[in-house]
Amino acid sequence: MSYLLTATCVVPAAGAILTAALPAGSTEARRRTTKLTALAVSAATLALAAVAAARFEPGGARYQLTESYSWIRSFGINFSLGVDGIGAVLVLLTAVLVPIVMLASWHDADPAPAPEGTFENRRRTQGFFALILAVEAMVIVSFLATDVFLFYVFFEAMLIPMYFLIGGFGDKAGGPEAARQRSYAAVKFLLYNLLGGLVMLAAVIGLYVIAQQQGQATFDLQSLTSAIADGKLVIDPTAERALFLGFFFAFAVKAPLWPLHTWLPNAMGESTAGTAVLITAVVDKVGTFAMLRFCLGLFPDASKFFAPAILVLSVIGIIYGALLAVGQKDIKRLIAYASISHFGFIIMGIFAMTSQGQSGATLYMVNHGISTAAWLLVAGFLISRRGSRLIADYGGVQKVAPVLAGTFLIGGLATLSLPGLAPFVSEFLVLVGTFSRYPVLGIIATFGIVLAALYALVLYQRTMTGPVKDGVRGMADLKVREIAVVAPLVALTVFLGVYPKPLTDLVNPAVNDTLSQVHRTDPAPAHPVAEPAGGEQK
Amino acid sequence: MNSLIPLLVAAPLAGAALLLLGGRALDRFGHWLGTLAAALSFVFGLVLFFSMLGRSTDQRPVHVQLFSWVPVNGFQADVAFQLDQLSITFVLLITGVGTLIHLYSVGYMAHDERRRRFFGYLNLFLAAMLLLVLADNYLLLYVGWEGVGLASYLLIGFWQHKPSAATAAKKAFLVNRVGDVGLSIAIMLMFTDFGNFTYLGVFGAAGQASRSQLTAIGLMLLLAACGKSAQVPLQSWLGDAMEGPTPVSALIHAATMVTAGVYLITRSHAIFDLAPDAQTAVVCVGAVTLLFGAIVGCAKDDIKKALAGSTMSQIGYMILAAGLGPIGYVFAIMHLVTHGFFKAGLFLGAGSVMHGMDDEVNMRHYGGLRKYMPITFVTFGLGYLAIIGFPGLSGFFSKDKIIEAAFAKGGTEGWILGLVTLVGAAVTAFYMTRVMILTFFGEKRWQADDEGHQPHPHESPSTMTLPMIVLAFGSVFAGGLFAFNSSFLKWLEPITGHSEGNSPLSSLTVTLLTSACLLVGVALAYVVYGRSPVPVTPPVGSVLTRAARRDLLQDEFNHAVLVRPGSALAAALVYLDSKGLDGFVNGLAAAIGGISSRLRRVQNGYVRSYALSMFGGTLVLVATTLLMRSV
Amino acid sequence: MNPVNYLYLAALLFTIGASGVLIRRNAIVLFMCVELMLNASNLALVTFSRLHGNLDGQIIAFFTMVVAAAEVVVGLAIIVSIFRTRHSASVDDSNLMKL
Repeated sequence: MSYLLTATCVVPAAGAILTAALPAGSTEARRRTTKLTALAVSAATLALAAVAAARFEPGGARYQLTESYSWIRSFGINFSLGVDGIGAVLVLLTAVLVPIVMLASWHDADPAPAPEGTFENRRRTQGFFALILAVEAMVIVSFLATDVFLFYVFFEAMLIPMYFLIGGFGDKAGGPEAARQRSYAAVKFLLYNLLGGLVMLAAVIGLYVIAQQQGQATFDLQSLTSAIADGKLVIDPTAERALFLGFFFAFAVKAPLWPLHTWLPNAMGESTAGTAVLITAVVDKVGTFAMLRFCLGLFPDASKFFAPAILVLSVIGIIYGALLAVGQKDIKRLIAYASISHFGFIIMGIFAMTSQGQSGATLYMVNHGISTAAWLLVAGFLISRRGSRLIADYGGVQKVAPVLAGTFLIGGLATLSLPGLAPFVSEFLVLVGTFSRYPVLGIIATFGIVLAALYALVLYQRTMTGPVKDGVRGMADLKVREIAVVAPLVALTVFLGVYPKPLTDLVNPAVNDTLSQVHRTDPAPAHPVAEPAGGEQK
Repeated sequence: MNSLIPLLVAAPLAGAALLLLGGRALDRFGHWLGTLAAALSFVFGLVLFFSMLGRSTDQRPVHVQLFSWVPVNGFQADVAFQLDQLSITFVLLITGVGTLIHLYSVGYMAHDERRRRFFGYLNLFLAAMLLLVLADNYLLLYVGWEGVGLASYLLIGFWQHKPSAATAAKKAFLVNRVGDVGLSIAIMLMFTDFGNFTYLGVFGAAGQASRSQLTAIGLMLLLAACGKSAQVPLQSWLGDAMEGPTPVSALIHAATMVTAGVYLITRSHAIFDLAPDAQTAVVCVGAVTLLFGAIVGCAKDDIKKALAGSTMSQIGYMILAAGLGPIGYVFAIMHLVTHGFFKAGLFLGAGSVMHGMDDEVNMRHYGGLRKYMPITFVTFGLGYLAIIGFPGLSGFFSKDKIIEAAFAKGGTEGWILGLVTLVGAAVTAFYMTRVMILTFFGEKRWQADDEGHQPHPHESPSTMTLPMIVLAFGSVFAGGLFAFNSSFLKWLEPITGHSEGNSPLSSLTVTLLTSACLLVGVALAYVVYGRSPVPVTPPVGSVLTRAARRDLLQDEFNHAVLVRPGSALAAALVYLDSKGLDGFVNGLAAAIGGISSRLRRVQNGYVRSYALSMFGGTLVLVATTLLMRSV
Repeated sequence: MNPVNYLYLAALLFTIGASGVLIRRNAIVLFMCVELMLNASNLALVTFSRLHGNLDGQIIAFFTMVVAAAEVVVGLAIIVSIFRTRHSASVDDSNLMKL
């Protein structure tokens, strides 16, 4: 048994504790030590994740590099980890994004001058970077957990550091009103997700009780799914549907699926750009990932039963999110609504239950993470320069800061899925996968790409083009650190758009396995090309 | 030799990357680097063309597989190129005209501080356009398709500080996106019907599919073509696209990109041939646009917008020809190539005029320029003669063939189409003569601008005139060369197929009719604009003129039908999201909070009241117990 | 004499004590009222012991006395210390813990 996966989780966790324990102080040197320590830890995590992904053999067993340690023996709960292709790419995504987010948020947690009547928080910097590492550790455990209870614990636990990140650190601008908005956003985030988690806990316990009654007292995912596949564990359809809904509700809140999305614009709008990236690109992905792994794996029949309803909701989400993005006045909220539209695509791909749809959805999680991170971080740089999130406060930035404008445009183009950039591949796969089973939904969703072009380009036009506005004059272009943040993201967006094969090779086997768990095969083409000529015309 | 094919795309792509990422160090010679990349691609194209000429007909198409792009179960998309007679024709047109326009831009953009970036975008456009015509499957074509859209977006909005340019760029991209939805759906339909979207696979299996499936695919492809080629109903972006620098209008919005729709339909002939209903739709779109563009072209005073209307109309001819089926494919492409020459030449001439007139675009402020710009006058004049179809010049051979093919469609349909194309030819002659007279003949009408600067019309530098001269040669001789011994027909026939059809009129009759229409158009324009001085402020004009000046109310229509309801919907949803969905949740929270604060009052801190509630509770308990016992 | 009369007396005493607890503010008086209630219940317990002819009631009465004595010790100490700090023995004045 190798300790590779445990190490991948333990390193950021230990790093979080270490960073938090570093000596406090408001001197620049102390803050620097803190930041460099956290960055080094996240780099080490990235290295471990890369090694794990390299050691993973796509043709081998579904879960590899497995480890298991007994945790709560009387309930059959183990600390068991294992990685499959889908988990591997998402762990990689997380490990890549965290150091970039840290670099982008380099000065976000520098102590702000304390307002009258409050005391200065001298551990602010330590706290911020430790919280990011804590989120990273918990997200990685969620992606690797092969024990339902273990997954649940970390799925819930990551809310706590996220709560503090949202509520404690925001844009420097803004007085008491901004702080009030921020704490509203943080509480809303926490309440929504706790509610989801609570329902899921009931379903987790319900699943265990049913399994125990049939002599399968375990939380182990692989044992449960194989017992279900072999017919050793038979869940009555009504119970299965109820349990499915319990799990799905939690994931749909986190993902977020329309109409459970309203916490996301607040959370992303009020937090720092770095935190917003963590929310939309990393934490929310646990939700969609869990739909794919837990909902489909544990409740295949209920998944099929609810698939049409979920698809309708996700298509509504696609169009609704895009339309709302068009109507926004706030840059970050616009990006948040765009993300809601994208999550609609991901969920649609998962529940279309075709290999194109699910491979596309998995790629979509990665590509959306990378491209939205680029867009959002550049938006963050822009906002930090002007101190305003309102679109109307900008204009003509292109003239004074061409590199900033250029990278912002690339981020926008990636969001509207321009062919040649990574999101196009995944979006098209999702659309094709959906279309081949549900043509009408596929066509409606396709119109989402027009709306995507509308909000992305309108945002660019209003902020970057036209005459230079007063507050924009003299704005500095991207600094070296900021270019170092954006460059890898842009490079990845282009590379994965042209050559996504390394990812698809990892993902395909896991998707096949998932599809076979739900007993679904791809719809066959009406007139396959390989067929010899002379087939009857309809 | 085939390894040159990827280099066709790679050369301008590398140029674009270098120019856009290279930074200021490249400012001094970046434009020459860009021109070199384009020229290199043209040379590769020529080499490939001659090597293709040397092979026998069935050996000519070649196929190069680069790498597997998106391999997912049951879904195989490759980066692979297919070079055949059709694509090499496009390659030569794109790289040839492209190189000339790069050269022209060296002079035209000489005073622009962002010239390096301009050349970067131009190179990006070439790469995307070459990818579009070289792809061996629809998905890769889609990449090129949106790639040219992106380049077009960047170039229309090149002068981003002008709000009108930024708006026009966004409009072009959005309208094109609507077309792209069509292409997306077409590919999805192909995938569900055939499990494949390579040209080879789809065309091979097309025969087995039902007619309704093929019609659906064909209509979706037509939607895509309408977007890219500015055909009704997605035509509205082309006029605004003239906000871009003139070389862009010449290359992208006249010679190459806007003809991509014709390429798409011709390339997919195997589908359209089996879907007559889709073909009818194609023909209708072509016929309507051909008249629409021509009418708009008659009313515009902006020289570039008049030419844009003309472009729309000429592409209408091509789309119509492509919709005619095997009778028309070859002539659609032939007109496309000759149009590439003369329309690019006309735009470059217009650019040269603007260059000499301090960026004035209103033709009513021109007049008598032939004396000041002799080279521009001659090259523009040759282009003019070519486009109206003056016998012996390029446009004559290609347009005549399309009119003939329209009659050859047969039946009532043939007569209607034939008449439409004839009317179109007359109107073309009218508006082009108008442009010619207003610009180069008559009295000089230019005026001092607000600051009192009098324009000093002058001939453009040689980097600009040289491409115009080359294109003028093309405008004069290309048609004759293609028509000689039916060489173009024989070249493309193996790819697109060809049939003669049965025309009710003889070839000579059609030529005579066309020439008569041409004469009527020219004469009419001379009567209106040539005999009396042209007023500097436009007369009010008839209802039709006023409507045509506003592009036959296309923007008003789109605004009323799409934009206004759309933004109202978005605003309503924003309100509903915060007040409805979010309001429900917040209301729930407020309700719980309210109940709690009421309940909190019970804990008033007085021992007495706690004691009272204890007594009360005890009493209730005892009473219940007693009652239960008695029952 | 009918032992039930003792029960009536106990109920009367209990009611007086309870009303005192509810009505009075002075902590000392309150305390005495609580004592009165305790003694009323003691009387009732002893009476029941007599009625049923066993000693259970009397044993419980002893427990009550012990508890009451302990309560008086602690309670008086608290009241005295409150009186020293706040110069008042009113229960309504002690509201520091109130929200």
